[in-house]
Amino acid sequence: MRKVKVGIIGTGNIGTDLLIKIQRSEVLECSIFAGRNLDSLGMQMAMDLGVKVSADSIKAIEDDPSCCDIVFDATSAKVHLYNAPILKKLNKFVIDLTPSQIGKMCIPVLNLDECLDSNNVNLITCGGQATIPIAHVISSVHPETDYIEIVASISSKSAGPGTRNNIDEFTQTTREALSNFTGVENTKAIIVMNPAEPPVIMRNTIYAKIDKPDIALLHKKIHEMATRIQEYVPGYKVILGPIFEDGRVTTTIEVLGLGDYLPEYSGNLDIITCAAIKIAEEYAIKRLLVDKEASQ
Amino acid sequence: MSELVFFDSTLRDGSHAIKHQLTRENIQDYCRAMDGAKMHTILVGHGNGLGASSMQVGLSLLDDQKMLQIARDNLSDTKLGAFLIPGFGTIKDNIMPAIEIGVDLFCVAAHCTEADVTRQHIEYVRRKGKDAYGILMMYHMATTEKLIEEALKMQEYGAQGIIVMDSAGASTPDMVQNTISALVSELDINVGFHSHNNLGLGVANAYTAIKAGATIIDGTIRGFGAGAGNCQLEALEALLKKVGIKTNHDFYKMLDASENVVAHIGNRSQGIDSINIVSGLAGVFSAFATQVNKAAEAFHVDSRDIFMELGKRKVVGGQEDAIIDVAMNLAQQQKRDETSYLMESLL
Repeated sequence: MRKVKVGIIGTGNIGTDLLIKIQRSEVLECSIFAGRNLDSLGMQMAMDLGVKVSADSIKAIEDDPSCCDIVFDATSAKVHLYNAPILKKLNKFVIDLTPSQIGKMCIPVLNLDECLDSNNVNLITCGGQATIPIAHVISSVHPETDYIEIVASISSKSAGPGTRNNIDEFTQTTREALSNFTGVENTKAIIVMNPAEPPVIMRNTIYAKIDKPDIALLHKKIHEMATRIQEYVPGYKVILGPIFEDGRVTTTIEVLGLGDYLPEYSGNLDIITCAAIKIAEEYAIKRLLVDKEASQ
Repeated sequence: MSELVFFDSTLRDGSHAIKHQLTRENIQDYCRAMDGAKMHTILVGHGNGLGASSMQVGLSLLDDQKMLQIARDNLSDTKLGAFLIPGFGTIKDNIMPAIEIGVDLFCVAAHCTEADVTRQHIEYVRRKGKDAYGILMMYHMATTEKLIEEALKMQEYGAQGIIVMDSAGASTPDMVQNTISALVSELDINVGFHSHNNLGLGVANAYTAIKAGATIIDGTIRGFGAGAGNCQLEALEALLKKVGIKTNHDFYKMLDASENVVAHIGNRSQGIDSINIVSGLAGVFSAFATQVNKAAEAFHVDSRDIFMELGKRKVVGGQEDAIIDVAMNLAQQQKRDETSYLMESLL
């Protein structure tokens, strides 16, 4: 089968994890891996895999626009502000993994189809990908929910310099996306980095303030949602709840990664890179079909 | 600022002591009583800082902006400070409105190994012409070398001072001496210390820090704070008088604020209970005490066991969701033990 070419900008933890995952894809191939530092671990890995690399970041794609159809931006919110208009002009399908809030916010399990028509899809944050589907289930079962809060805790080792320099956008974007997807105005997002050794597995807790929750129904729907997410993030698991205590419904999710670039504890990488791959593959399949029809 | 100054966190750390239920009157009365006592800064707000009122760490009675506004209206002689942990509060939702209200100084805090998450916030506050201090929490969990490295980052971002927090009250005097003297010799900016009294060393450790070169003591009147409380500022002031270390604080005003205001906030007497001691020994964030006690009751397990287990898991501030998990696991373990005991007795 023919493959659709993708470019990756940003060669940190997220960019490199994407690169490895793309090697397994039947419809995607990485044709350019661009960043700023040829000596980085990610660059070394790309060179070992025989993928073309560049230290010119976005310029590598500007100089050779036909090198790819899909672009993953794994830089930072600030850099994506600069990259987005350029990529738009080049007519690329952009999957933005920074918390820039420029493109259409996408949680594949909730709104994948409508995102494929957009030219810039934003993946919110890892914490958002892990918790918003559950928050969405809760607000669907209980539209009267008047407050939702999420807490994402990740190991320090899995949070690279990009994430750290973007912690403010990370927190803000997660909270705003939580409101957008649930319709609940009063929301809060908390992110905690834990330096413990051995590193802790990504953990996410969702709290909802509901007076009379239907725990049995919530349990059923939340576990159904988890099963659907597992289709693209195999390590996604409800480890606690939903339980009702202290006037709040509490659900805790653990996300174990595939251990592609960083070890398994870094579920925070996989939850967002798996979502990005899922979107890219769906887009690629659609595109390959269109191309095929055109050629017939 | 090379003379010794006090950062007064009574209305910040004290928030933990009463489950974040500070009232308008509490804030108003305290600020009126302390304005003029020559504290460098009076910090006001939720115990975990701006944007932290949450189910995870506790909802506060009044929102951040209300608390800050009440304090602003009642302080004229003292800087108004706010505390912020990146990951809880954001520039847009929290720092901007706080500056609008008239906050003069921000303490931007991170777990002691994660200073780089404070860059955006320290830089923003400094760009706005306000004071910014870097806070390294739970310092007992990192080596001195690591602390120096992290403090240097905050200095580079523009912090005017670094305050090391013994958030768990897990310090020995030797740890304080070594850490503070190392930081003082490596940094160009002021070094401060914030203690907790879990092992009865709140004032003593602050004093040790001063002897080691600290020029900022962050504490609370009457020791009003999370867990066993903090360095009791008026007691430290008396000690400083005794040993001849000069400050420009109004000692009687501090004593009056303690008796007339703080003694009447909430219905809790500040002291060291058994849970606080175990929490200090386990090295767990002092502010966990309220939720640990609640979980112990709900799951019928010993709160001391919860603290020891949390200590083993090396949880950090903000990870309160681990409490229920630990309590549930302990409860299940207990059940298993009871079942196997029952089985054994049948055999």
